[in-house]
Formats: sequence, structure tokens, C-alpha cells
Amino acid sequence: MAIKWKNYTTDGFYDELILASGRPRKSASAICKYIAALKDDELQNRKDASELAIRTMGITFTVYSEEEGGTIDRAWPFDIIPRIITNTEWDLIENGLKQRVQALNMFINDLYNKQQILKDNIVPRQLIDDSTNFRPQCMGIKPPYGVWAHICGSDLVRDQDGTVYVLEDNLRVPSGVSYMLENRAIMKRIFSELFEDYSIRPVDEYPSKLYDCLAAISPRKVNKPEIVVLTPGIYNSAYFEHSYLAQQMGAELVEGPDLRVGDDDCVYMRTVEGLSKVDVIYRRVDDLFLDPEAFNPDSILGVKGLMRAWKKGNVALANAPGAGVADDKVIYTYVPKIIKYYLDEDPILPNVPSYLCINKTERDYVLNNLDKLVVKPANESGGYGMLIGPKASAKEREQFANLIRRNPRNYMAQPLLALSTAPTLVDHSAEPRHLDLRPFILSSNETYVTTGGLTRVALRKGSTVVNSSQGGGSKDTWIVED
Amino acid sequence: MLSRVAERIYWMARYVERAENTARIINVNTNLLLDLPKKVTLGWQPLIDITGIKKLYNEHYPEVNERNVVKFLIADTRNFGSLINSLNAARENGRTIRDVIPREGWEKVNDLYLYTKNQLPQALSRRNRYDFLGHIINSTQGITGLLAGTMTHNFGYDFLRIGRNLERADMTSRIIDVRSANLLPEESEDLPPYETIQWMSVLQSLSAYQNYRQQVQTRVQRGEVLKYLLQDIYFPRAFNHCIREVQGSLKNLPRHMGPIRQLNLIIRSVETTQFDNMSKKALHRYIDNLQLQLAKLHKAISTTYFSIQDEKPTKAKKKKSKVTKKSGGKAKPSASAVSHSAGSAN
Repeated sequence: MAIKWKNYTTDGFYDELILASGRPRKSASAICKYIAALKDDELQNRKDASELAIRTMGITFTVYSEEEGGTIDRAWPFDIIPRIITNTEWDLIENGLKQRVQALNMFINDLYNKQQILKDNIVPRQLIDDSTNFRPQCMGIKPPYGVWAHICGSDLVRDQDGTVYVLEDNLRVPSGVSYMLENRAIMKRIFSELFEDYSIRPVDEYPSKLYDCLAAISPRKVNKPEIVVLTPGIYNSAYFEHSYLAQQMGAELVEGPDLRVGDDDCVYMRTVEGLSKVDVIYRRVDDLFLDPEAFNPDSILGVKGLMRAWKKGNVALANAPGAGVADDKVIYTYVPKIIKYYLDEDPILPNVPSYLCINKTERDYVLNNLDKLVVKPANESGGYGMLIGPKASAKEREQFANLIRRNPRNYMAQPLLALSTAPTLVDHSAEPRHLDLRPFILSSNETYVTTGGLTRVALRKGSTVVNSSQGGGSKDTWIVED
Repeated sequence: MLSRVAERIYWMARYVERAENTARIINVNTNLLLDLPKKVTLGWQPLIDITGIKKLYNEHYPEVNERNVVKFLIADTRNFGSLINSLNAARENGRTIRDVIPREGWEKVNDLYLYTKNQLPQALSRRNRYDFLGHIINSTQGITGLLAGTMTHNFGYDFLRIGRNLERADMTSRIIDVRSANLLPEESEDLPPYETIQWMSVLQSLSAYQNYRQQVQTRVQRGEVLKYLLQDIYFPRAFNHCIREVQGSLKNLPRHMGPIRQLNLIIRSVETTQFDNMSKKALHRYIDNLQLQLAKLHKAISTTYFSIQDEKPTKAKKKKSKVTKKSGGKAKPSASAVSHSAGSAN
């Protein structure tokens, strides 16, 4: 019994591959036909092959497990049916992302310098004063090209009517790009025939684009600047990615104690050949752990004096400390205004309509409609600390109402979007599962957007939580001809 | 290559080698006891002395007997040099350099640790012990071979070889020391056949018996065995051979002057000393000093390559200031950096 698309029901959601009529979209017709022609055992072979590839390629993420006595590596669930987006739509999204990230970088640079946008009352000063991600230590710094968020991962979702919204921007240490690259490598192994029928835009140039992006901000203008990836270490959930990107770029993977700041306020790494100067640090350590001298004095993940070296312009940090001020979920609601203010353009990609709990009328609306809304704290990531109103119990909603009343600045709410779905292999049939998309945007002397990005899929039926730490999986993302 | 990575490769190799050596000495002692008459009460004390853990042992066990000693050497986590602890330390060092060594190398180290942990209860009985220890020795040899055949022979591989050979040299010297001083105190006239057996056991614990017979071709006797195990340059567990291997690896590394100088002292001393008629006391003193020299060599390697905290950057202009001295202070080691030397445990 193979997959029969006419038995697939989209349940009123927008499905990325299948129309409400049960017919595949034009861009997906070849793959749907191909999959429907596979017998159960052939489908299972493909599935098994993908799992084997994941194991042998060592694609893992780390989770903390009390039972198993510490952290363990888990293979990240992968679904073999790709998500498909057409060239035309992608070009629009790409332009929208470039516009958005450009404006966000101008915004961050302004906040740490003239603060014109606050003086002009476009963004309330209070929001910045209260922000947990604003770093006063960064005032007056002008990083190269005015770029603070060199690597940005923005989460996109599609609503029932097909509109693509930006759900959030991740400007600190966004992760997931290695899975995007590995997903494609797996698909090439198991569906190589399909790559002959489709012209699928490649994703492989990301590591070299990342290298170029980082090399462009090197303080020393040398042919081969020393670029390192700074990881918190093997117990970090994204260690696989840190190690993967370092390998792909040919950069050294370092931990805090490998680096030291010299008397000359330059950064050196300890090698068997002696101390060796470092030009660019792609840091995957949070701001507050970067430098015990400037931030958390107990941090052993960071490098003492790193902020000093960075402020003097002797080393480049990507992303720059303090960039997270703009991925605050409350600041998020101002992004359309921020785009208009700096670029004098209308946003190409819309925000999800949002209610700010700090404004009384909006707060009252939120408190009265908790059963319809998703409430998010300003500074959490990974899907933690949020309330999905329609699915929560009355007691949970009451708890959240109290949280909001106590600290309104920390919360915003959005209507529960009917996230789009895509067919996902469940046993031997395809069922719709909700998904989102995280493209990555690189900025320094030029801007680059990944072709597609990481599609994350909620593997539990009806769930909209796609995070890897909470039962999410991923799919390959194909940008194809219309 | 990062100093941290080099250091962890070095320690991983040392711990793997230490596990193998521990397995070897237990195995051979078990066999030796079967051959000796009841009135020769050599027992298990020498193994405690070889591994330099006498004090620690006495704190935890009231008497020296087979059961206690074997348990302490194989399974006791309070003994930092126990087999299980060595393998755990090898694994923890290996875990952090999984992207530097070939994947199979890490998997083999991990497997060996898990095997050992699971087999501990069975390993304590004399009946199963031989197979268990044989498996350890085979697996560590397998790890060495696998890394030789799959790891890039760059600096990292040099550190691997340095770690392995230093540990091996260290253990060979310990075995000679203890076997000649403690285990064979009375080369008593009334037990001549057993003197031979005892020296044979020394050779066997180093897998050297067959090689010795081929190369030396005389009967097994003290002077020849000492010369062979200390001075031979061909046999892979002979002290001199191990040290020369370290020399070869060091020569591939940059900035090796300090360690090489120390190493040459050791080679000259071993090669020019007359062991034939050296008294027990003199031999003991000599090997004591040799161990000291090995510890110095480790220190020279460590300060040159692993902990270059306070060295002036090559291009820096200013001199050291208070601030950097402080900032150069060693950070708390991460949970996984497992490194200590049993060489200083005497």
C-alpha cells in the first residue's frame, strides 16, 4: 500500500505541497508522483537509508538527561519528504529578509551610538532601558560596516491564507544551519534520481559564504586572517554544529581557555607552536559569558579581556555583543516601524500581528483573550516559557495572567496562527504536520541569504512546536523553478 | 594545533597505555603464582608497589591478598590508577577531541570503557580474569593500530606517540624496579630454578620473552634481562626504545629544544650505564632517578606545548604586566580535562 495523495487531507490548513483538492501543487507534482510510485518497502528503504546516513554522518544534537546521567547525543529526526518553495516566492522572501536585517543592524548601531530613533520617539526609550539584552558596555562602538548581527536566523511561518510572516529574529547565536546542510547531503544520497528531474538550488555554499563574511571583518587586512569558532564545549546542545562549521570553514574550534588577551590587548590562541594571533571570533557563547571582566565574573567559558580587545578594534566578534537587543520579542513589534525609519521603505515581509502587554489597552485585550492567543516572554528562546492559550488549561492561563500583570514589559501576545503543513511520513503514509522555516542571513561587506533554510517540523500530530528540544524534526528545503 | 587539543591527545594515549600495562601486570602475576611453590610467598604486594599506590591501598584495605589487590587495580574508583579509572580518563579526554581523531578511534575507546564497566563483576574471579584482561590488551593494541592506520600523522599523532611511549617507558622501569628489588629479594641458593621463572615473568609481562630468546639467545638471567629491557633499541617495550620513539616524535614538533635536551640526558644515561653487576640497591637508586628524569621530561613537554600561559606573544612589544599575569592564570579546567600523572605518586 503506497501513499495515495487523494487520501491526504489538508484539514483547512495551507499545505506546502498539496492543494485542498488533494492534487499536488505544480512545483511539487514530480516529487509527489515519485513518492506515490514507491511501494511500502521502497519507502521504508529510503527512510532507513536516511537514518543510517544520519548515524554515520554523526548528525546529532545534545540533550540533557537526568536519567542517563548527563548529556547524550541524539540523532535529530529527519523527514524524507522535502518542503518545496518556488523561485519566485523565494526571491521575494530573500529580498524581504535582506531589507529586514539591514534595518535591524542600522537600528542596533544607532542604539549603541547616537540613539536617534529614541530621540525621534519611534521606539520608546523605556523599552531599551528595561531590555535585558541591551549592553551599556557596547556604547560608542562602531563595528565594521556598522554590522552587529553578522549571522541572523529569522523564523518564518505561513498562515492559512498563504501569507509568509516573520515570527521572530534570532540575532544572538542562532543555530540550525548545519542541519540545513546535512539534510541536503542526506537527500542527495537517498533521492539522487530526483535531483536529475528537478533543478533545485544548491545550499552548499554557506560555509564559504560564512568564511567570506567573517574574513571581511578582520581587523588585520591580510590574505588569510585567523578565524576561530568559540564554543562553550562538548556539553552544549549545538556542539555538533560548532564543530561542523569550524571543519567546513577550515577554522580552529576553540574553547575559552584556549584564548588569552595579551598586554597589547590582542587576542591569542595557545597552540603547540606558541601563541598565535586571532583576528575574528565566530562566537557561539552567549554575551554574558563572553568575558568575565566585562560581564559574568564567574564565567569560565569566556576570555578575560575580550571586550577590551574588541573595543580597541583588535579582534572582530560575530555576532557583536549586544546585538540581541533587537531580537527581544517586544522590540520585534516595532520592526516594521524600524524598517520605515531607517530605509524609508515598506516592509516586504509582514510581522505577525502582535499585542504589547506594556500598553494598557493591548494588555487588557490580551488578558481578556488568553484562550485565543499565544503569549511569549521577551527574551526566551527555544520555545520555553510561552503560553499557547487555546491549548492551555484554565489554571495555566490564570498563572500567565499573573505573570503578565506583574511584569507587562516582559510579554507580548500573538493570535495563534494556523501554521502551514507539509506531508510527513508517518508509518507508511503521509500525514500533514505543521512547520516553519529558518533561513540564515549573513551580513558584513555584503549580504547573503541561504537558499531556503532549515525547515523544522512538529512531528506530533496537531502540534505547532517545532523546536528540536521539544519533539521537532526537520526536512530538506527545496527552492525550485515555478 | 591548539595546546588543549594536543594535551588531550597526549593524555588519552597515556591512559590507554596505562590501562594496558595494568592489565599486563595482573595477568602475569596471576600466572606466575601458579608456577611457584607454596613456600615462596611473593603474593600481590609487588603490584601495589609497581603502581605506586601503597599508601592509598593501605587506607582502604586491611590486608594484601589476591582478591583485594585485583579489585583495587581493576575496579576500585578510589584508585586513580585503576583500570576502570584509566579507561574513563582516556574516554573523557577522547570525547573532547572527537573531531580531531578518527571517529572509529573514539568509538573504540568508548566501547572499551563500556565493556570494562559491564564486565567488572566477572573480571574479579580468577577463572574469567585471563579472558577479560586479554580483551583489554587486545583492544588497546587495536586502538593503537587503528590510530596508526587512520589518523593523520601530523602534530596530533606525534603527541599521541609521545604520550604512549612515555607511559610505556615509565611502566617498564617500574616493573624492573619492583621485580628486582621487592619480588626477588633473596636470589636464594635453595631456589635457583625459580629465579629463572621470576625473570621470565618479568619478560612475559612485557610480551618480551619470545623476542628476548630470539635476540639475546642466552638463558634468562638477571644481567641480560636488565640490559635487554633497559637498553635495547628494537624491542617496543624496552625503555630505550620508548624514549627514542619520543625523541623521534619530538623532532617533528616545533620548539623542541627544551624537551629534547632533557631527553638526551636520559638516553645517554641509560646507554652508558653498566647493568650487568649492578647491586639491587644501586639498581633501585638508579631507577628511582630515571623516574625522576621522566617526570622532568613530562614537565618540559607540558610547559613547552600545553601550558604556555605566560610566554610573551611573538609580536607583542610590551613586557608582561600585572594584569596579564593575572589574566593568564589557568582557568578552571573543564569537567572533561582529566589529566594527572601517576609518575609522581611514589
